[in-house]
Amino acid sequence: MSTPLATLSKTDPAPPPAAPPLRVVPTRRAGQWAAATLVLVLIGLGLVSVVRNKAFQWDVVAQYFTSVSVLRGLVLTLWLTAVVMALGFLLGTLLAVLRLSANPVLRAVSWGYVWFFRSTPILVQLLFWFNIGALYPQILGVNTVNLLGPVAVAVIGLTLHEAAYAAEVVRGGILSVDRGQIEAAESLGLGRWRRLTRIVLPQAMRAIVPPAGNMLIGTLKGTSIVSVIAVQDLLYSTQLVYHRTYEVIPLLLVATLWYVVVTSVLSVGQYYVERHYARGTAGAR
Amino acid sequence: MSSVTTADPAAGSTATTTAKVEIRAVHKNFGPLHVLRGIDLDVRAGEVTVVLGPSGSGKSTLLRTINHLEKVDSGTVSVDGTLVGYRRSGNKLYELRERDVLKQRTRIGFVFQNFHLFPHLTVLDNIVEAPVSALKRPRKEAEAAARKLLERVGLADKAESYPKQLSGGQQQRVAIARALALEPGLLLFDEPTSALDPELVGEVLDVIKDLAASGTTMIVVTHEIGFAREVADTVVFMDEGRIVEQGPPAEVLDSPRHERTRAFLSKVL
Repeated sequence: MSTPLATLSKTDPAPPPAAPPLRVVPTRRAGQWAAATLVLVLIGLGLVSVVRNKAFQWDVVAQYFTSVSVLRGLVLTLWLTAVVMALGFLLGTLLAVLRLSANPVLRAVSWGYVWFFRSTPILVQLLFWFNIGALYPQILGVNTVNLLGPVAVAVIGLTLHEAAYAAEVVRGGILSVDRGQIEAAESLGLGRWRRLTRIVLPQAMRAIVPPAGNMLIGTLKGTSIVSVIAVQDLLYSTQLVYHRTYEVIPLLLVATLWYVVVTSVLSVGQYYVERHYARGTAGAR
Repeated sequence: MSSVTTADPAAGSTATTTAKVEIRAVHKNFGPLHVLRGIDLDVRAGEVTVVLGPSGSGKSTLLRTINHLEKVDSGTVSVDGTLVGYRRSGNKLYELRERDVLKQRTRIGFVFQNFHLFPHLTVLDNIVEAPVSALKRPRKEAEAAARKLLERVGLADKAESYPKQLSGGQQQRVAIARALALEPGLLLFDEPTSALDPELVGEVLDVIKDLAASGTTMIVVTHEIGFAREVADTVVFMDEGRIVEQGPPAEVLDSPRHERTRAFLSKVL
């Protein structure tokens, strides 16, 4: 290949110098720069006022942020959220499977459950379970008042409520799986349980994780409702302090900042969970 | 057709017993639509039957009744002398429990038009899934068999890939390997090349031809007339839920007796 070219360059005169490459000059976006500067300045002013306003009492915030009672409340909020999410999604998955079953009675029961627990306020449900002793003083010879303490009521009440929403999220995920996947699994002789756990649910997870992440964060903050039945979660433990010291704003800030911290960690976690369930899809890896 | 590698047929050959199929007076309705109007068909063990016909003629539905993906409204389907989906006692047909139907299906391989590979599992896991969970084979053993099957369909280097990373033709060859992993006595192909780019059709047909030569009973629904001519022992032409005519390819394709067959062939050839 190189020989003819070599001979050519000897005989022919040098080619004319190539034109210099054209430089691209981007449009000046003065308006964009002005808008960005304005927004940043406004945010900066807001931050400065928050820091300099003595009424926020940042020293009090710092004092209580890692106090023992607040951390105890945080731990309770975290495990209550974890338990409610886990049990709620377990029950929710069962409800979703029932709703999609061929048995009309099971379908109706599942629908009725979701209807009932979504149409009553969680606050009322909690107070109901809290006062179950007034309706059923004894169940199988055991005093219900002794049976269910505030924490147990919180777990039961929040879980049953969570399950109704989880059922719809899981059902949506299952319905998003291509019908052909189930047929393929059936044609290979895979049993019902195996089809659900190995073929359908792993693929449904892609559609389940984003709304489940929403629910997790909602539940984290939503557990603060248990303060009405005197469970010492994150919010209630800060309330106990300000009932004593009247430093309402800084203690609410303590609780708020913790909620922000935990939510941020969970959001990062969600990214990795989503990446895990996206394996095998176009564009992944 | 194309010169794609079809590995040595002996390489992954497994001792499978081939099955015969008997279809008797099968009717099937989808609501007001009478899709199958009394189908009788015999497929001898080890033979390749190609089913042709226009869209909506009921050929895919017929294929799906053979492994009970579609329940028949009346009539019977039996594979190797055993009724599919039912148990006969006197003059009554008792529907089988799902567990028993699933067991029957492990004897019948099914290849779908759109592959239906499991996208979240690697190629190897796709193939190993049924032998491990339906036939309770040890995983090691199933994986070794799966790698042999991949070699047979010319995809030995794709075991760890995910389906979406493969071309359509490669995906369909994996789907064929997945069906073969159960060592079925009967293979059903539902338009296996209809979803493929034209230049990928050949590699899949070559694999199917290779299987045909190995002596497994096969029923293939397709629009590939050339393939039918080359591979089929029997060609069946269906229209409007009935079998219009059937016979050796030379007869049905070259000198069809029925006007409807002639009209169809003149359009597709």
